[in-house]
Amino acid sequence: MTTTIRALLGASALCAVGTLAAAQEGTVTIATVNNGDMIRMQGLTDDFTAQYPDITLEWVTLEENVLRQNVTTDIATGGGQYDVITIGTYEVPIWGANDWLVSLDEGMAEDWNSSDILPAIAGGLTVDGTLYAAPFYGESSMVMYRTDLMEQAGLEMPDAPTWDFIRQAAEAMTDEEAEIYGICLRGKAGWGENMAFLTAMGNSFGARWFDEDWNAQFDSEAWANTLNFYLDLMTNYGPPGAANNGFNENLALFQQGKCGMWIDATVAASFVTNPTDSTVADSVGFALAPDNGLGKRGNWLWAWSLAIPSSSDNVDAAKAFISWATGQGYTELVASEEGWANVPPGTRTSLYENEEYLAAAPFAQMTLDSINAADPTNPAVDPVPYTGVQFVAIPEFAGIGTQVGQQFSAALAGQMTAEEALASAQEITTDEMEAAGY
Amino acid sequence: MARAVTPQKKALWTVLAWIVGLIIFFPILWIILTSFKTEATAIADPPVWFFFDWTTENYGIVQDRSDYFRFLWNSVILSVGSTAVGILIAVPAAWSMAFVPGRRTKDILMWMLSTKMLPAVGVLFPIVLIAKWLNMYDSYILLIGVLTLINLPIIVWMLYTYFKEIPVDILEAARMDGATLRSEILYILTPMAIPGIASTVLLNIILAWNEAFWTLNLTTVSAAPLTKFIASYSSPEGLFFAKLSAASTMAIAPILILGWFSQKQLVRGLTFGAVK
Repeated sequence: MTTTIRALLGASALCAVGTLAAAQEGTVTIATVNNGDMIRMQGLTDDFTAQYPDITLEWVTLEENVLRQNVTTDIATGGGQYDVITIGTYEVPIWGANDWLVSLDEGMAEDWNSSDILPAIAGGLTVDGTLYAAPFYGESSMVMYRTDLMEQAGLEMPDAPTWDFIRQAAEAMTDEEAEIYGICLRGKAGWGENMAFLTAMGNSFGARWFDEDWNAQFDSEAWANTLNFYLDLMTNYGPPGAANNGFNENLALFQQGKCGMWIDATVAASFVTNPTDSTVADSVGFALAPDNGLGKRGNWLWAWSLAIPSSSDNVDAAKAFISWATGQGYTELVASEEGWANVPPGTRTSLYENEEYLAAAPFAQMTLDSINAADPTNPAVDPVPYTGVQFVAIPEFAGIGTQVGQQFSAALAGQMTAEEALASAQEITTDEMEAAGY
Repeated sequence: MARAVTPQKKALWTVLAWIVGLIIFFPILWIILTSFKTEATAIADPPVWFFFDWTTENYGIVQDRSDYFRFLWNSVILSVGSTAVGILIAVPAAWSMAFVPGRRTKDILMWMLSTKMLPAVGVLFPIVLIAKWLNMYDSYILLIGVLTLINLPIIVWMLYTYFKEIPVDILEAARMDGATLRSEILYILTPMAIPGIASTVLLNIILAWNEAFWTLNLTTVSAAPLTKFIASYSSPEGLFFAKLSAASTMAIAPILILGWFSQKQLVRGLTFGAVK
């Protein structure tokens, strides 16, 4: 009898192991963006397949907007083409609330520690207490400036500058004859382009997109102050044709030594300090995004994260992959293969306690401080009904944000005044929100 | 009587043609040049033209990162497949419209063309849902079907215009000699329309090769063509212009070579055909 029970128990255990093994096999199709950290991950997948030889990885790398359209179509139709998708902080709250994503609270690898994720980042990826995405890298925005030009101008950049100081420094550093412009900022229209910057900047000026009853606020004095300050800064001390400049254009200008200051994503720090591509690599300093003394800084918060669409039929294998790619082990793998400076930043507390990382990445502390300074659930000076620092986490925002961005970009190009752009933004936003039933 | 062309006039037109040609070709030339630069040289201001350290490292990186030949093979299958299916449908359709037109032939032709006026994104969701229902997402059959349908109006229009130029008397003479409908199309009409069909085929292959809405939205891995290959090198956060240029050069090279060898047919087809 005992033998029979033992045999049965043994058979059950074998079945259980068999089920686990069966669960972690198959093909995992991963949709991702073409960013440096993602490409690096693609190159290191041998380490994953050595650990999980029964899982095959298929990569679909796409440009950000193409990826967003592709993944949205797939997820909204339940297409099930992807098992792991790369999504941003804007999508997670909306898609999580729609039950389009699989919860990551359970089923992750044992050594995958969710409590180690930076609280500001985790907050943006959690809906009603459920974590729907694991951050792969996180970013905020900060001031990157030329230490040599700042010195020449006789100024010293504080760790936490005000907008007035930025204006003063931009004026002092501008030398149009030498094609050096005091400040480079985003001007290209788009909800993730100029509006990411201007929404975050607006927060520090006391502006907000909506009041608590979802009424558009572009007719407020705070928005007038924000836009007028931005236009004044860019018109007098910005590069020519700034209305067409996004991240890449400003990165190129900064790397060629044509910008005194640049306020943009913290991920740019590793590019501008890389001597292979940047002519100013050895003279770059960092500071927190500016403020106006109102309690909010003009920095944003973003994380490219990995999530599993609910239409995936390979959830266990997908979770195994996400555990590998976003775990502490991956950080150590990148460090050993490519050095600490190339580790994906901005996701885990433990990374910022690592002395080797802090020594290798001069921008590390500023990145952490910038991320911690952003509060997606309470982004503006006045209360708001939405979450998101540089965006409003509602499905309608992408469309509205881009249309408003076009008005502000036109104002920067001199095609309309700040007042006209704000009036137009107010009208567009009010109409769209009414049509959406708010 | 032919008009006399003075040598001066000829030289002027030649120079003008070269200038226009170079302006049109310039973006392609710039892509090819950039593909041999480093990322730092690619964004240099003022731009560097020919005197830089030429490097092929971008091609190596692109080939290492992506399986170029798989994308290339898919592009060949999709463009040739959709063109073949399109021609099979369009030749009989254009024949009937050109030689036995009905009262509504013109309306049908206009209606066919009107399908090109609908923005593609307007039918994205229905097509994706149909593909999912048929379990054909990311398959050659689906993509060949969709590419055939979107290019069919152009193929029918082009062939219709070529067929209209063929004298009906020749076909009638064949009928008098006892030719059946099949042999009339196969042995009389088709040989005479070969230049027209050739240029239609070439143009359709180019259109299918360059199609970048449906091929991006209806594929993931298995049927993904070169459009998806290029899309994977565009980055909003990071300067990868040299690698993007290398990927673009690799994607356009086959069609550029095809166009180079068949330019006579293409030019003849375009100038004598639908857009004459």
